[in-house]
Amino acid sequence: MKRLAIALALLLSALDASAIEYNQVQLNQSKVSFGYKQMGVPMEGKFGKFAAQVAFDPDRLGSAHARIDIALASVDSGSSDADESVQGKLWFDTKNYPVASFVSTGIRPLGGNRYQATGKLTIKGKTLDVTSPVILTVNGNSAQFDGSFTVKRLSYGVGIGEWTDLDTVADDIQIRFHLVVLASPSSNQQRKTP
Amino acid sequence: MTTEAEDWLEENAMIKRYTKIAIGLHWAIAILIFCAFPLGFYMHDLKLSPAKLHLYSYHKWIGITVLALAILRVLWRITHKPPALHIARWQETASRLVHGLLYLLMLAVPVSGWLMSSAKGVKTVWLGILPLPDLVEKNKALGELLGNVHTALNYTMLLLVLLHVAAALKHHFVDRDDVLLRMLPMKGTP
Ligand code: HEM
Ligand code: HEM
Repeated sequence: MKRLAIALALLLSALDASAIEYNQVQLNQSKVSFGYKQMGVPMEGKFGKFAAQVAFDPDRLGSAHARIDIALASVDSGSSDADESVQGKLWFDTKNYPVASFVSTGIRPLGGNRYQATGKLTIKGKTLDVTSPVILTVNGNSAQFDGSFTVKRLSYGVGIGEWTDLDTVADDIQIRFHLVVLASPSSNQQRKTP
Repeated sequence: MTTEAEDWLEENAMIKRYTKIAIGLHWAIAILIFCAFPLGFYMHDLKLSPAKLHLYSYHKWIGITVLALAILRVLWRITHKPPALHIARWQETASRLVHGLLYLLMLAVPVSGWLMSSAKGVKTVWLGILPLPDLVEKNKALGELLGNVHTALNYTMLLLVLLHVAAALKHHFVDRDDVLLRMLPMKGTP
C-alpha cells in the first residue's frame, strides 16, 4: 500500500512536470501579417509593432488565454504609397484608434496539434467575435502558434467613403499570426510544489 | 474594279508596302504607347484613390499588351525583310539606328515597368486574369531605382518617337516620297 502511494505520487509529479505552460512570447520571432486583394492582385502586409500575452498549457485549456495588441501606425500595407493613407480617417484612423486588439474567450482542441480559438477583435472602436484555427508546433520548450482567419474590413468601418467600392480593395482581409512562445521555467517550478 | 486590277495599279504605282501584319503591329503598338505614356504621368500625380489604383492597373495592362505585341513584332522582323527603299544613304543608316533603338525601347520600357512593380511588391496581373511572375524580390530601394529607369527610358523613347515622326512627315510632305505610305494601311496591302 505504501509502495503504491509512492508510485502514484511519483507518477503524478511526473505528469505535473510535463504540464508546462507556454507564456513567454518572443516578439522578435513572432509576426502579425495580413493579405488582401487590390484590383484582383494579392497583396501582403504586416504590422511592425505589437504586444502579445499568451498563457497556454495543453493540459489545462480551460485556463488558456491570449491577448494581442497591435499598434496600427506600424502598418506596412505592402505598398509604401499606401502606408500613410491607410492610417487616415477613412481606414484605421490611428489618431483616434491607435490600437487594435484581440482578446481570447476560449480555446478548444480539434484533435492532434489543432485547436480552435475564439475571441473578440476590436478595430476602430468596434468589437466583433472571431474564430481562428490554430496549429501548435512544439519544439523543446518553445511552442509556435500559427493561425489565420478572415475578417470583413467594412464590418469594422475600415476603408469607408470612396473605398467602400469593393472592386478596388476587396472586403476580405486574411489576418495571419505566428507567435513563438517559450515555456516559463518558473511556472513549472511553482506547480511542482503543492 | 477587280482586285486583280487594283493589284496591277498598285504594282504600277511602285509603292512597296509593309505587309498587313507589319502595318497592323506598327499602329497597334503606336496607339497603345500613345495611351500608356500620358496615362503614366497623369496617374502618378493623382492622390491615392480607387480611381488611381484602377488607372495603375490599366496602365500596366496596356504596357504588358505592348510587350506581347512587340515580341511578336520583333519575331516578324527577324523573319521578314522590309520592302526595298530608295532614300539617301545617311537617311537609311539613321533610320536603321532609330528603328533599332525603338525596338529595344518597345521591350525595355514595359519590362522596366514590370520589374518596378515586382520590386514595389505589387504583382502584375494582366487584365486581372493572367498573373505574371515577379522577376525580382520586393525591395523598396530597387523599386525606386527601377521607377527612375522606367521614367528615363520613357523620355528617351519620347525623344526618338518625335524624331521618327518628324522624319516620316518630312518624307511625306517635303520629299513627297512613299516612306509614310509604305506604313499606312491601304487597299491591296499584301
Ligand atoms: C509601352 C509601355 C509603357 C509606357 C509607354 C509607360 C510609360 C510610363 C510613364 C510615362 C510613366 C510616368 C513616369 C513618371 O511619372 O515619372 C509611367 C509610370 C509607371 N509605369 Fe509605365 N509605361 C509602360 C509600361 C508599363 C508596364 C508594363 C508597367 C508594369 C507592369 C508599368 C508600370 C508603371 C508604374 C507602376 C508607374 C508609376 C510609377 C510611380 O507612380 O511611381 N508601366 N509609365
Ligand atoms: C510609339 C510610336 C512608334 C513606334 C515605337 C514606332 C516604331 C517603328 C519602327 C521600329 C519602325 C521600323 C519598322 C521596320 O522594322 O522596318 C517603324 C517604321 C515606320 N514608322 Fe513608326 N513608330 C511609331 C510611331 C509612328 C508614327 C506616329 C508614324 C507616322 C507619323 C510612324 C511612321 C513610320 C513609318 C512611315 C515607318 C516606315 C519606315 C520605313 O519605311 O523605313 N511611326 N516605326
